[in-house]
Amino acid sequence: MSDPEVTKNQLRRFIKGLVLLAVVTLIEVFFSLLGKGHIISGAEDYKWLIILTAVIILVLSVYKAYFIIYEFMHMKYEAPGLSKTVLLPMFLLVWAIIAFFWEGNDWNKRRTLIKNKNNEQIDDSSQKQMGMDVRILKEEDFQ
Amino acid sequence: MATEAAVHHDVENDEDSWDGGKQPFKVSYGKLMMWYFLLSDAFTFSGFLIAYGALRFSMPTWPVPDFVFKTAPFNNVGLGHGVDLPLIFVTFMSFLLIISSVTMVRAVQEGHRENKNGVVFWMLLTVFGGIGFLGCQAWEWTNLIGTEHMTVTTNPFGTHEYSGAYLNEDGSVSDETFDAGDSYLLHKVASHGHGDEHGGHDAHGADDGHGASDSHADEDHGESHGFVPSETAAGDYAGYEISEKGYIQRKFRILDGDMAGQTETQAFGPKAFGGLFFFITGFHGFHVLSGVVFLIIIMLNSASGLYEKRKNGYEMVEKIGLYWHFVDLVWVFVFLVFYLL
Repeated sequence: MSDPEVTKNQLRRFIKGLVLLAVVTLIEVFFSLLGKGHIISGAEDYKWLIILTAVIILVLSVYKAYFIIYEFMHMKYEAPGLSKTVLLPMFLLVWAIIAFFWEGNDWNKRRTLIKNKNNEQIDDSSQKQMGMDVRILKEEDFQ
Repeated sequence: MATEAAVHHDVENDEDSWDGGKQPFKVSYGKLMMWYFLLSDAFTFSGFLIAYGALRFSMPTWPVPDFVFKTAPFNNVGLGHGVDLPLIFVTFMSFLLIISSVTMVRAVQEGHRENKNGVVFWMLLTVFGGIGFLGCQAWEWTNLIGTEHMTVTTNPFGTHEYSGAYLNEDGSVSDETFDAGDSYLLHKVASHGHGDEHGGHDAHGADDGHGASDSHADEDHGESHGFVPSETAAGDYAGYEISEKGYIQRKFRILDGDMAGQTETQAFGPKAFGGLFFFITGFHGFHVLSGVVFLIIIMLNSASGLYEKRKNGYEMVEKIGLYWHFVDLVWVFVFLVFYLL
């Protein structure tokens, strides 16, 4: 097994993995800081740039995950049945992500709506409406 | 010809597939079960991260990572205060984990070659990487809890929704302005008794502010720098409020939009942030910790020659390798959602 050709091959894979992951991580951090306006000031005001950097970072992260699973964890060399039973269930998460982020966005809309309603200025000079004198009793009222 | 026919026969005849003695997945039971354990663990982490995403989407503002994570041990020591190093420290942490993952690859390779010393050497480096990562995480948590006063239920990292200007000590509008979307960190009043000494001299507000700011210099990183209130007791004052727990919430005048002219008080950030951060990074850190423990056990077993006797290419090393790579894999996504986006 101590064939020098094999050893050289292994060493090459080792260095390739290290450099690839480190460089991809650095690129991710660069794009993250770019989207936050640290590299070019004022860049954070452009919404399309923020979305673009987010998409790039997401794709690079998925690539890192693919590399770790397929190269480091040797999924590439496993029987197809094994990799299918492990990888296919992960696709269930696609719906979970869509559904929960949709839901979260909806909570945000409701929160904003309620806040805006609470901030609405009521015009006092307008004529009294029925029920204007009704208010919620507070603890102080009983003292 | 004979062998070819036999192979053909194997595939076609269903009875043979059920006769036993075959491994359809061509791996040992232990490795297969490690894969399925990792699959279930991936779902656990996905659940947490999706919860983080849903809660983040549900809030009008969220603490931006480049503001929250801009401190590092070396900027407290070498570069002086107030120098922001957004995401630099956490990138260093990622590198530690990547390097330890790659040394684990080497350990598994040496295992295939039945090279005992190689396995032990590369596993030892992997253990160092894991311990280094845990040390960095311990520093990060200490800084967040001790210096920046974030807790599971209190999040002092807030974001302005309107642009405006802060009020001075006496309630007049200062020239300290900010834009919508700017982040701030709510500081706590100094706990080392300075406030009490000066408590009786309300009239000399400016002097008091000056005296206390010396003692405060170590802790200020935030935007509302230099501002040190003369009062330290909880209450509502002209230019700021001090909460029951001692957080200073400055007041400000909104300068544009529908609410222009109104005076508001700095609010705490989304409450869920602290709990999510400590729980998810803590859960990942716990995986790293248990990984380090198992790495040490398997390293000692390798060194004792236990796996050499088994003559199965150090399969135990391969299994802990799978787990360790998974920990790195999870960090890719924790890094993504907490620090990069």
